[in-house]
Amino acid sequence: MSTSQILGYSPVVIAFSDVHLARGGTPVLRGVTFAVEAGETLVLVGRSGAGKSSILKLINRMLVPDAGTIEVNGRQTTDTDGVALRRAAGYVIQEVALFPHLTVRDNVALVPRLLGWDETRVRSRVDELLGLVGLPPDEFAARMPGEVSGGQRQRVGVARALAGDPPILLMDEPFGALDPVTRTELHEEFRRIQRLVKKTTILVTHDMLEAFALGDRIGVLHDGDMAALDTPSGIATSRDPRVRALLAPLAELATLLPALTHGLTRWP
Amino acid sequence: MALIEFWRSHPSEVMALLWQHLMLVCLSTGIATCIGVPLGIFAARNQRAGAPLVWLANVAQTIPSLAMFGFLLPLPFIGGLGARVATIVLVLYALLPIIRTTSAGLLAIDAALLEAGTALGMTARQRLRIVELPLALPSIVAGIRVAAVIGVGTATIAAAVGAGGLGEYIFRGLSMVDSTMILAGAVPAAVVALTIDGALTLLERSLRSRRSGRRQRRTVGAVVAVGAALAVLGAGVAIAAAFGGRQPSVVRVGSKNFTEQIILGEITAQALERAGVTVERRLNLGGTFICDRAVRSGDIDLYVEYSGTAATAIFKQPVDTDPRRVLATVRRAYADVGITVFEPLGFENTFAILVRGADARRLSLKTIEDVVPHARGWRAGFGYEFLQRADGFPGLASAYGLQFGTPPIAMDLSLIYRALADARVDLVAGDATSGLIRALDLVMLEDSKRYFPPYDAAVVARSETLLANPRVKEALDALSGRITIADIRAMNHAVDAERHDPATVAREFLARVR
Repeated sequence: MSTSQILGYSPVVIAFSDVHLARGGTPVLRGVTFAVEAGETLVLVGRSGAGKSSILKLINRMLVPDAGTIEVNGRQTTDTDGVALRRAAGYVIQEVALFPHLTVRDNVALVPRLLGWDETRVRSRVDELLGLVGLPPDEFAARMPGEVSGGQRQRVGVARALAGDPPILLMDEPFGALDPVTRTELHEEFRRIQRLVKKTTILVTHDMLEAFALGDRIGVLHDGDMAALDTPSGIATSRDPRVRALLAPLAELATLLPALTHGLTRWP
Repeated sequence: MALIEFWRSHPSEVMALLWQHLMLVCLSTGIATCIGVPLGIFAARNQRAGAPLVWLANVAQTIPSLAMFGFLLPLPFIGGLGARVATIVLVLYALLPIIRTTSAGLLAIDAALLEAGTALGMTARQRLRIVELPLALPSIVAGIRVAAVIGVGTATIAAAVGAGGLGEYIFRGLSMVDSTMILAGAVPAAVVALTIDGALTLLERSLRSRRSGRRQRRTVGAVVAVGAALAVLGAGVAIAAAFGGRQPSVVRVGSKNFTEQIILGEITAQALERAGVTVERRLNLGGTFICDRAVRSGDIDLYVEYSGTAATAIFKQPVDTDPRRVLATVRRAYADVGITVFEPLGFENTFAILVRGADARRLSLKTIEDVVPHARGWRAGFGYEFLQRADGFPGLASAYGLQFGTPPIAMDLSLIYRALADARVDLVAGDATSGLIRALDLVMLEDSKRYFPPYDAAVVARSETLLANPRVKEALDALSGRITIADIRAMNHAVDAERHDPATVAREFLARVR
């Protein structure tokens, strides 16, 4: 019986079942099982090297599991052509990785062009997406990636991942390199966009705050195991020490918060 | 100033050589790019297999260019034709920088960008086209720039194998000890190198700066700059050429670079001087090729050429053994390039089959045919080339049915006369005009079956010079048929063996025949 049949009501888009993966002799994932439903945002948190990025690469077959199965839309990735799989799964890469020799427009237009759309459709799609991520096309489309700010680059990265209208969105630390204020702005933006497009999303981060801000569910990865997989409130009340360790910085912030608020109110 | 004067007086030639040079460099760099870029991609992809490749290209680069030309020239298919050899050599030199920079450019690409390309669903080919090659392009252009600049320099050496180009002035200038002519080739070559370097640097820089914006316009600018610079260079030469002209009052006499030719050059020069013509001597120029180019371009007005050499070496005609027919062929071919062939001087500088005078008298040997019955007991000595070439000994043997008891000995040409005289061999192939024939009491056997092509010596002169100055034609006509084989042998001997001055030898000869 497959995982999708067990998990009843909402259609399962991505299903990992007992996935093992080793890279360079060291185990990265040791029997990970989970499923993501259509339109859901799953945030995977964990320390560096916990295997978060590998999970994304297993989904679009940039990696192949050593054992276990991964199904995307009911088909095992090992039975699916990698290129087709990748075109159906938008990818927002860790360092944004916009192509420096292409304009913002051409970066966003990449996947639609690979999919063979005609140019008028590509053009209107790029304009639509740049508008969606808050970059007026008239102002930004012709610029080079080097000519826009870090936050704007992240937005272009998101637009590029969405351009081919993929049912799945994979985001690897998409807001990692940003200052906290810009990051918070983009969280807001992401929730707005996600309400509009409703992509099945897996987002990887090491920032628990980001996980709470964006996730419908949160998966905590620890040493290649899925230590916890629950709603944000479930995670917040977890007693698992591996989860509590990740929550520690937040707890510290919470104890500081009254003092901070107090300090702020004393300003005229 | 003398340099500008030179360009003005050689307009079409300068343009032709410049054009040849540019074509040679463009063609070879183009081919090297077509080969080098894929090889560079391969080297970047499989570094294990790529390393020996880069090593090989490296080795090719370390071979001195002149050695490489010399090495390739005699090879079948590759060698032979000057321009072809030159192109191959230039391609070999251009490969290394292009392979290297292509592979370095590809390897320098940020791994995140490559991953992004794959993650977005590009096939390997799409990723190469959309991401990798554009990002490596500035580096590749840098390699092409280096290759092209090396090419401009190396192409000057290509003139040594007859590929033409600006190096021809350099080589001709070197052999004539004419620094103006050397500069006439070197200066444009340097300008071409600097132009290409500057233009491609500009292109490379604009490609790199593309990433920070202000694209295309600069790329276009760089291409326009290359075109403009080359156009200016061309126009400058053309303008200098247009104002050209030359004084016809001086007649320049040239010669090839061996004794007999220098003597003949002196004889013609002195004959002209006696007729009241002002003469400038450009003797000891170089080989057949250099003299031919010099007379065609007007650097010299006349020199002495041999009919068979002109037919085969200059005009690439098939071997023909009829002397009148060869002369007629050569006359027609020369007429097409504005050069007049005078009546032969009277002797032939051909291969000579020689035997000892004592043998000839004892066995009454007159012709090569007369040797056939004695050959079984004889031993022959030939130069390496004569022994190998189909039109040398193998052809001779079958033409006359000549069979020696022991295989012929290969020996250096300079030793061959002495070896015959000392009875170490009994028959040799030498040079008909050698002074040693008489000195060592050797006898030249008549080529009764006319196996060897005719090599009648005759003055070849620019027709326009003859038209402008009728006294020149008169004085040269007077030399026709006046120099016998015995005369030239005696004169060669006087200069080579007795160390007489060629000018003196020529003066004594002219005094005697008048």
